[in-house]
Amino acid sequence: MKKLILLLFLCCSYSFIYAQNVIYSTNSGKISFFSKAPLEDIDAKNDKLISLLNTANNEIVVKVPVGQFEFRNKLMQEHFNENYMESERYPYATFKGKINEAIDFSKTGTYDVSASGILNIHGVNQKRTLKGKLKVAPNSIILDTNFDVKLEDHKIKIPRLVFNKIAEVISVSTSVNYSPREK
Amino acid sequence: MRGFIAACLLSIPLLAFAQDDLMEMAKDSNEVRVANTSFKGIRIINGHSVEIVGKNNLDFIISHRFDRVNRGFENFYGLDAATNRLALEYGLTNRLMIGIGRSSFEKNYDFFAKAKLLKQTIGANNIPVSLSAFAGYSLRTLKSVPALSGKERSSYTGQLLLARKFSETLSLQLSPTIIYRERPDNFTDSKTVFATGIGGRLKVTKRTSINGEYFYVFPKQIDMGYNNNLSFSYDIETGGHVFQLLFTNSYGMVERQFITETTGTWGDGDVHFGFNISRTFSFNKKIKRE
Repeated sequence: MKKLILLLFLCCSYSFIYAQNVIYSTNSGKISFFSKAPLEDIDAKNDKLISLLNTANNEIVVKVPVGQFEFRNKLMQEHFNENYMESERYPYATFKGKINEAIDFSKTGTYDVSASGILNIHGVNQKRTLKGKLKVAPNSIILDTNFDVKLEDHKIKIPRLVFNKIAEVISVSTSVNYSPREK
Repeated sequence: MRGFIAACLLSIPLLAFAQDDLMEMAKDSNEVRVANTSFKGIRIINGHSVEIVGKNNLDFIISHRFDRVNRGFENFYGLDAATNRLALEYGLTNRLMIGIGRSSFEKNYDFFAKAKLLKQTIGANNIPVSLSAFAGYSLRTLKSVPALSGKERSSYTGQLLLARKFSETLSLQLSPTIIYRERPDNFTDSKTVFATGIGGRLKVTKRTSINGEYFYVFPKQIDMGYNNNLSFSYDIETGGHVFQLLFTNSYGMVERQFITETTGTWGDGDVHFGFNISRTFSFNKKIKRE
C-alpha cells in the first residue's frame, strides 16, 4: 500500500513537471504586416498574438485576434476590419501545424525551422509551410517568422473603387516569445 | 500485476496530455473585443455620431448644403446657391478629439471637443453600448442691425451620444441635447432648449450605408415657425475618404442652426441637397516592424 501511494505521488508530480515543461505559450506575441501602396504605405501591428508550442510533438498553434491590429490611420484600421478581413465575422486568423525539424528543446541554441500546416485567414484555409528562426533559451523559446500572404488565396477582395490601392501580397512578420505554460 | 498498474498510472498524464487540443487551449481570458465602428463618419448626417477621429489623425471636412429643391428648374433645383462649412478635426488621443469649423451660413465659427467615454465591447469586459460626450461653442459673425455683442451671438451645445451596434448592418444612436443661446433670434424662444436626436445607419454593402437622423425639440421652447430637423444620407467610403450625399431640411450645419432654427419642412419640398466629404490624414509615426 505504501508503495502504491508513493507511486501515485510520483505519478502526480511527474505529470505536474511534465505539463510544466512540455507546453510553451504566450498571449502577447507580436505580429505586424506591411503593404506597399502608391499613396501611403500600409502597416499595422498587433501584440495580442496567442500561441502554444508543444515541445514533445512539435505541434504549434497560433491565433491572432484580427480586431486588435493597430494602424497609424484609424480609417484604414476601420477598412481593414470592415471591408477586407470582416473581423466581426472572422475574429481570428489561425495557424495550426507542426515544426518539421527535430529540435532538442533542452539545449539552448538557434535553429532554422519550418512549420507545415493550415493557415486560416478570413475564414479560408490554406496549406502552408512557413519558415522561421527558433531560439531556445533557458525557460523561454523565441520564434521569429516572415511570410507572405496573397490576398486572393484567402478570398480577400480589393474593390475597384478605392483610393488607396493596396498590394495583392502582404508581408507578415511575427515575433513570439514563449514561456512555459502555467497550469 | 503491480507493474501493470504502475504502467497504467504512469501513462495517465500522457493520455490526458494527448487529448489536449492546442487550439482549444489558445485562449486569452483577458481578451476584449471592441466592436467595429458604428458609423462611418464623425457625423451621422448633421449631428455628431458617437465616433471620434483616431489619435494624431486629422480630418479635413468640406460640407455643402445647396438651396431648396423646390426652387425649381430655373434655379436648377437649388444647386445654383450653396452654403459651405470647412472644418479641421483632430484626434488628441484615441478618446478625445477637438474641432474647428467655419460655415458660410451666418458666417459662423464653431469649436468643439468630443470624448469617447465607453466603447462597445465583448469578452472579458462586456459593454453593450458606446457613449461619447460632446461640447460645442459657436459664434455667429454675420453683421446685424442692431449690432450685437460677441456674447449675444454665442451659443453652447452639450450632447450625450449613446450608440449601439446591433449587428454588422444596423447601428442606432440616441443623442440627448441641450443648447443654450445667449440671444435667440425670436425673443419669445427660450434660451435653453432641450432636444433629442435619433439616428441610425443601415449598411448596404461593405462600403456604403444609408443613414437617417431626426432631432426632436421638446415642445413649448421654440417658435412654431421652426421645424424639427430630418435628414437622410447615402454614405460611401473609399479608403481615406468618406462621402455623404444627403437630403435635409436645414441650411445650417451647426447644432444651434439645425436643431433650434430649421425653417424648412419636408412636406413643402424645402429640402436641401448636400454633401459632406471628409479626408483623413495621419500624423502618426511609421509603425516599427518587429
